[in-house]
Amino acid sequence: MWCGIDIGAATAKLVLFENMVVSSTVIPSGFDTVKTAEELMERGVEKAGIHRRDIRGIVATGYGRNMVPMADRTVTEITCHARGAHYLDSQVRTIIDIGGQDSKAISLDASGKVKDFVMNDRCAAGTGRFLEVMARALEVELDELGDLSLRCRENVTISSTCTVFAESEVISYKNQGKKKEDIIAGVHEAIASRVLAMVHQIPIKEKIMVTGGVALNAGMIHALERKVEKEVEIPEDPQVVGALGAALLAKES
Amino acid sequence: MKKLNTYENLKKLIGSHYMQGKTAHFFNQKVGWVSSGAPVELLRPFDVITLYPENHASICGAAKQGSEFCEVAEAEGFSRDLCSYFRCDRGSTLLGTSPIGGLPRPDFLFGCNNICGTILKWYEIASRHYDVPFLFVDTPFVHTAITDHAVEYVTAQLQQAVESLESLTGREFDEQKFVRTLELSKKCVELWTRTLEFGAYKPSPLTCFDAFTQMAAIVSLRGTQEAVTHYMTLNQELESRVQKGIAAVENENIRLLWDNIPVWYAMRGLSELFEKYHACLVADTYTNAWASAALDTGNPMESLARNYLEIYLNISMDLMLERIVALIHRFDVDGMVMHSNRSCKPYSLGQYDLARCIKEETGIPVVIIEADMVDSRVYAEEQMRTRIEAFLESLGE
Repeated sequence: MWCGIDIGAATAKLVLFENMVVSSTVIPSGFDTVKTAEELMERGVEKAGIHRRDIRGIVATGYGRNMVPMADRTVTEITCHARGAHYLDSQVRTIIDIGGQDSKAISLDASGKVKDFVMNDRCAAGTGRFLEVMARALEVELDELGDLSLRCRENVTISSTCTVFAESEVISYKNQGKKKEDIIAGVHEAIASRVLAMVHQIPIKEKIMVTGGVALNAGMIHALERKVEKEVEIPEDPQVVGALGAALLAKES
Repeated sequence: MKKLNTYENLKKLIGSHYMQGKTAHFFNQKVGWVSSGAPVELLRPFDVITLYPENHASICGAAKQGSEFCEVAEAEGFSRDLCSYFRCDRGSTLLGTSPIGGLPRPDFLFGCNNICGTILKWYEIASRHYDVPFLFVDTPFVHTAITDHAVEYVTAQLQQAVESLESLTGREFDEQKFVRTLELSKKCVELWTRTLEFGAYKPSPLTCFDAFTQMAAIVSLRGTQEAVTHYMTLNQELESRVQKGIAAVENENIRLLWDNIPVWYAMRGLSELFEKYHACLVADTYTNAWASAALDTGNPMESLARNYLEIYLNISMDLMLERIVALIHRFDVDGMVMHSNRSCKPYSLGQYDLARCIKEETGIPVVIIEADMVDSRVYAEEQMRTRIEAFLESLGE
């Protein structure tokens, strides 16, 4: 059994792999990364019904990768996402990963090797954080955003580049009596254009796979597809692609 | 990274350079503040002490005091978006302190806008502050090739500067001394070029982090015998490293090109990070900017004008691209690391386009990292680390 642990800004993910994905676990990233990793491991092992000693290698990735005591080695999330996405679909040439606190685009060759990548790790606009802030301002649960936005009738434009000012804009729309679903669609549109501006720095080739927690939001994907003018692929469990890649790398080393 | 023995030499050399500055007024010598792209060769025959605020700011940066000084300048009303060398210098001037106890008071300023337009305003502010004259040389931007008109224009200004220096120092311009200075400068540039060429060896006996440190003499002491002697010693050490097969980075397996001014406060961390992946930054565009001069002592003024016109930051993006591509081939690198330097616009503007052109023309990958040369407040270590590690992982695969 091989294990990949991805400690992200918002969530921590674990994948156990033995010829196929045996189990995957997602928990919120706590303040104490060491404790988070421990808890993740315990839950993962329990879920898979195995013993810890059955695990032959562990690779840690994500921003907390250097704080995972049980890891044999660390690899960045760029390499892990590439590895994971290539395993899920070897036709993937572009990955768009929108995480809790950053977003990135990775270009792959046919063998799954990273050819190029770009990251936005400077600005919350274009990341999951933007959605979290807006969900709070609109009094909507994070996982309701997607379905709500698909009911949009009238497009609302969020023009601010900055999350904080975009929130003010959302509040003023609220006070103009705009509908929640229209505002949410506008929010998705705004994130999609920020992400696309970044993605365009690398050649966008099909197939395109979207990973990260934000890929769970159907409205967001809809907005992204419209912007990119191409179909995008969403894996079954987009949050754990990085952890899956880490597990595969553990197996290879 | 293996430290060069010559590092101690350099420390002494630069130490005594600043000491000369400190004691200049005691010995009735004039002190001139000079911009890194100014033709310092013109000043040497007057036996003035030349000091470089840019070099001083890099020392403040390396000592991790840059941001503190920048904040002082910002409190005076200067925008955070302005050059951090300027802000650092301004803050240090206002506080009267720095890691070397502050830059000695100038008697005159000598600057050239071939590296940026900021120099003009920076030195005007210093000129008002110290109430001293500012000799300025305007160098027209080189779009495709140097024009005769530009050469005439700069040559005339150099002649004018000589007159100003004569009245400022009360001494006559000594042609012979000038030609000797040019000879020394030429020699120094040749030796420095040779130093950097060592990076072409596999494995390389030096990294650009060595070059960033060692460049202090080519910047501040160009045209002096001390600098020539220093680089001869340095080259001997590098030669012996090559003969003994000593690599700067053990088991070098990734060779990289660096673009832009160093991140002075993060040099150690960055060099360790690259080393961990057996990656050696074998060359850089920054220190190579001092390696291109072809001074002609037979035609001193005009040759000086030409030289300072084609300074790296005074040429178009097309010409920059040509030079970068030449470096990529000459040093046979696997990838390029571009530092998008928050406060240095002439160096950083256009990097995304350059990166795209480089990828298209040479096929090598480029990673862009965001930081600032002196102002550590814009530096996010973890993000930087992830980007570089991901880049090195992709190169190492």
